[in-house]
Amino acid sequence: MEAFIDKQLFQFVAAASIFIFLAHRLLLVRKYLRQEYLAQKSVVDQINSYLPQTQCGRCGYKGCLPYARAISRGDAINKCPPGGEPTILKLVDFVNEPGFRLNPAHGVFQPPLAAIIREDECIGCTKCIQACPLDAILGGPKLMHTVISSECTGCDLCIDPCPVDCIDLVLLPTPKPRYWLTPKIQNSRFNTLETDL
Amino acid sequence: MRLVENIIGAMRGKAGTPIPGGIKPPDYKQATLRSRLMPTPIPRELILPLIQHGSTRTKPLVKPGDKVLKYQTIACSEATGIVDLHAPTSGVIRAIENFAIPSPLNKESMCILLESDGFDAEIDHNAITDYCSLSYLELAKLIEEGAIFGLGGEGYLNRLKLSSGKAVKLLIINAAENEPYITADEALLREKAKLVVLGAKILQAACMAEHCVIAIDSNNTDAIEALEQTQLNCPIELIKVAPKYPTGSEKQLIQTITSKEVPSGKYPADIGILMHNVGTAYAAYQAVVEGKPCISRITTLAGPALQTPKNFETLIGTSVDYLLELCGLNQQDHTMTLMGGSLMGVKLARTDVPILKTTSCIIAASNAEFPPPALEQACIRCGFCADACPVSLLPQQLYLYAKCQYYSELISHGLNDCIECGACAYVCPSNIPLVQYYRASKEEIGNQLKNEMSSAQWKQRFQYHQYRAKKDKEASRESKKRGAVAKTDEAVQSAGSTVQNMLPTFSRESAKKEIAAAVDRVRKRKTRLIASSSDENTESSK
Repeated sequence: MEAFIDKQLFQFVAAASIFIFLAHRLLLVRKYLRQEYLAQKSVVDQINSYLPQTQCGRCGYKGCLPYARAISRGDAINKCPPGGEPTILKLVDFVNEPGFRLNPAHGVFQPPLAAIIREDECIGCTKCIQACPLDAILGGPKLMHTVISSECTGCDLCIDPCPVDCIDLVLLPTPKPRYWLTPKIQNSRFNTLETDL
Repeated sequence: MRLVENIIGAMRGKAGTPIPGGIKPPDYKQATLRSRLMPTPIPRELILPLIQHGSTRTKPLVKPGDKVLKYQTIACSEATGIVDLHAPTSGVIRAIENFAIPSPLNKESMCILLESDGFDAEIDHNAITDYCSLSYLELAKLIEEGAIFGLGGEGYLNRLKLSSGKAVKLLIINAAENEPYITADEALLREKAKLVVLGAKILQAACMAEHCVIAIDSNNTDAIEALEQTQLNCPIELIKVAPKYPTGSEKQLIQTITSKEVPSGKYPADIGILMHNVGTAYAAYQAVVEGKPCISRITTLAGPALQTPKNFETLIGTSVDYLLELCGLNQQDHTMTLMGGSLMGVKLARTDVPILKTTSCIIAASNAEFPPPALEQACIRCGFCADACPVSLLPQQLYLYAKCQYYSELISHGLNDCIECGACAYVCPSNIPLVQYYRASKEEIGNQLKNEMSSAQWKQRFQYHQYRAKKDKEASRESKKRGAVAKTDEAVQSAGSTVQNMLPTFSRESAKKEIAAAVDRVRKRKTRLIASSSDENTESSK
């Protein structure tokens, strides 16, 4: 009789311990996956913060966040023309990859632009409004449209859809000329010594 | 309590703790102190910039052709943090256009051009004799209406300083000028010590400070004598600080007097201290007691290229050229013009620029005293600059990071605490223009911050755009699904949003009828067309 009870007790304890073990493992795995996910997310966020957020899509992705995801999975870092070399330099520090020149297939680096609608010629087709990734164009059907210049990133996505070609990309007037300039080094001998730490 | 003890200790001759570092450049003050302080004759034209405090602008209240009187408000402030602009003399507004303003580059800005008529006719202003009976709020308001800038050279606004809402224990009136050429404060104290003391009392009442001291360089003997003769029987005390550049800088003077350091990124008001320049105290006296807004300031005209260097009480907007001519500019010696002192000042790109409320000094330099900058050599890491730095930074390290544009490291090495005093560049044996590197980096960091802010805004907008697109898609899919399931009019109506409610009601049967009617119409038209064309054909064949 005693042996029987012992056997039952033994089975119960064994089953319980196996269950606890498995449950613990499951929790560990879940925690690990969660950490991985958060790490991945923070990496993507970090990369995204280095991108210029013009949302122009010249990298081949629909916006800066998808491109940041692609970089975190190993895509090339030289596909962002609006960011240009400064963005590549920042990303090189982060993803530990050798630096590349900007890939000319995606476009060339240029100073910041902004779109302006020639309002007399606008027919109010709303096609540019649908194309704008930042909702920076105001207007209604058959009514004149206009660009909110403070929100425009100069991504040029509104240029192609316009049926009457009434949108121009213009150079942003620089708000303030540089007041203090870095001194020009007259002694070219010392130029190369300290510029790369 | 410790603060008060320190002050008392300082008064007994144990002047706080001297700042670390600092330099003692040779003194060139005697030349400008020889003659008395005098007002300049009214120039024919005055240029009054609308821009204040970096980029904020005042709105002009006058049009070209208007006649204005002295002290009349000609531009009003719209934003908080800037003050009104008053006409320095009577005359006619000639233009509101872009004119050159003082800067190392050829910078232009919107200015009012006032042509004086020579009568100097004043607008009515009410003098207040019993200013002691006014409350601190009324005093602060009067000072604000007086359009007073911090006249010390950095242009802090008084209102910001006065109404910061923090309890003030100590008000320091700063007369400790250490720049080798500037004597504006000393001249003012020598001539008008009594008025400055009255102004200090007014400022003390306006900010409700418990203590008030006047800090002055111990070698400004004339000014000290004048102050002692005015019988400082009031709680205002005189503190003599050792002459050492840059003790006259705000945070450094506080450290010298109270042995307290203002924390990085904070204002003196955060530790219960306020500091005003003597020029500000004088302007406060004028604004409150005489009812005159600030339209002039004391400016030192110094430099070896001037025959009679002296201190002037100049109207704001007087051209630098005009002042230089008054002092007998020696054209052959004159090589460049500095604004604001020999160590912290900037080289002016052109001299047809106006005097601003912050212009304490104009120096006409010659080759003998201001030789062209020597060739920049490599940093030899001698460490002289670190010894000279009054903020205990590492200038040589900052220089390296500035040169390779390592901005994050610059900030972590305390670039923002650099007061740009120029002591490091003064002692540098390799002639490195260190301050220029720091100023350039500070500006670049500011630009980057601005870019980052705009890109953050774009990011937020893009995220919202995506969220909205997703919602729209879901809504349309849902409405389609519901339309397929519920074929009755009521279902469509209940499912519809406001936009769909506005559309005409839809049902299968009515649609079938409409389509049939449309098809009928088209058929009839077709037959009519065919008939007419056949008629035409027959006619043409005939």
